[in-house]
Amino acid sequence: MSSTAHTHGAHEPVRKSTGRLVLAWLLVGIPLAYGVFQTLTQVAALFG
Amino acid sequence: MGFLDRDHSIAPPGFNRWLVPPAALAVHLCIGQAYATSVYKTALVKHFGASLTEVGVIFSIAIVMLGLSAAVMGTWVDTNGPRKAMFTSAMFWAGGFLIGSVGIFTRQLWLVYLGYGVVGGIGLGIGYISPVSTLIKWFPDRPGLATGMAIMGFGGGALIASPVSQALLKAYDPNSGAQGWVASGDAVGKLFLTLAVVYLVYMLFGAFTVRVPADGWRPAGFDPAKVKAAKLVTTENVSARNAIKTRQFWLVWVALFCNVTAGIGILEQAAPMIQDFFRQSDGKSLVSAAVAAGFVGLLSIGNMSGRFAWSATSDVTGRKRIYMVYLGVGAVLYILLAFAGSSATVLYVVLAFIIISFYGGGFATAPAYLRDLFGTYQVGAIHGRLLTAWSAAGVAGPLIVNGILDAQGKPGQLNAASYQPALLTMVALLVIGFVANLLVKPVDERFHEPRPERHETSHGGLK
Repeated sequence: MSSTAHTHGAHEPVRKSTGRLVLAWLLVGIPLAYGVFQTLTQVAALFG
Repeated sequence: MGFLDRDHSIAPPGFNRWLVPPAALAVHLCIGQAYATSVYKTALVKHFGASLTEVGVIFSIAIVMLGLSAAVMGTWVDTNGPRKAMFTSAMFWAGGFLIGSVGIFTRQLWLVYLGYGVVGGIGLGIGYISPVSTLIKWFPDRPGLATGMAIMGFGGGALIASPVSQALLKAYDPNSGAQGWVASGDAVGKLFLTLAVVYLVYMLFGAFTVRVPADGWRPAGFDPAKVKAAKLVTTENVSARNAIKTRQFWLVWVALFCNVTAGIGILEQAAPMIQDFFRQSDGKSLVSAAVAAGFVGLLSIGNMSGRFAWSATSDVTGRKRIYMVYLGVGAVLYILLAFAGSSATVLYVVLAFIIISFYGGGFATAPAYLRDLFGTYQVGAIHGRLLTAWSAAGVAGPLIVNGILDAQGKPGQLNAASYQPALLTMVALLVIGFVANLLVKPVDERFHEPRPERHETSHGGLK
């Protein structure tokens, strides 16, 4: 997606906040992945 | 509490907009717990010596409060910004669990109604709409993708809360190893306390991560003129007060109501329905209770993934066309389910999975549809008002399906043919929704906000 952004009409490069970005996505991604995994193990009975 | 104000949450230049979706997800994953209440329902029935209906009222109050608070507080959320809204939602949601736990420990069911139902329900409503308009402003190029990501969290929240709650109930109850074990009230009370703390922390993470874009911000390479090129997409703005006076709002309301009512019809009955569809002449079903539970889990994944996938697809197809798919293709799939669903389990599962993905997609695409029709000015408040369609469908869907099924026979004796009247009623509803969606046209310009006033009030002083 975008690497730069318009603010008040001026070009401002997006800050390199990779660590913060990764942490934020991990905080929501890990529980969600856990929930999906747990549900899929239940779903396995449907095809077993 | 000035740090919660919209002015204190304006993004600095160069802020990475991809930090906003996880902030929104943090809130929606927490409030999505509302769909995992079945985990402790039996325990509460035993603890309070109440009926299933009396305990079920807790959830019903919460969902009614969700719709009411989203409708009433929508303008407040738009005015005060996402940080204050998420913070408030976190206080209500966690507070609801705390009050509910007191009710459980002291065996006062009315306190659980007040806590989880009323207080928690207000947290649900504010939390649900809190990130929507902010995401739409951060992602004017992909509003469907952005709101789909957040609203997917509401579907995913139950997937997390169910196994975690089960594990915690076992940990908190020393008798958890006993045969036919049902969790004690003490264990459920402790679960409520734990969830209050965990959800508070997670939602505050969302509140302090979210930012609103500065006035005039737009993504690099984004050309609003291209968006305007789509016939139904406006660059004008309509206030929430005026939006509900338009035909378009009520047509979308009807489309959403029909889509949700049809989806709830299947979701409500998911486990017994698959067993009934494959009931043999001797009265036994080919589908065991364990397999039926797996089917319910699969539908939850269909609901969650549909919210993201279909809403993101709507950025390419347009909102009206994707709703034509939800409602038109949905009606065809319901007919197939009614007349051919019992021929093979795989066919039944695939049809139900796609139908439920359309149900989720309808929820997630709605905010972007409203943005297209009414602009970004008060889209959060308009979305809040639209969610009354959800509340109405939450009452109508189960009433229709249960009413029709009651007339067909007793639970355990139903078969695939017993479901045909209910499914065909859903087809009729979907056709009504399809026609309503087909009638959606651009909003008349007499409802548009005057441009200078809109500029002055776009960040707070809504009039």
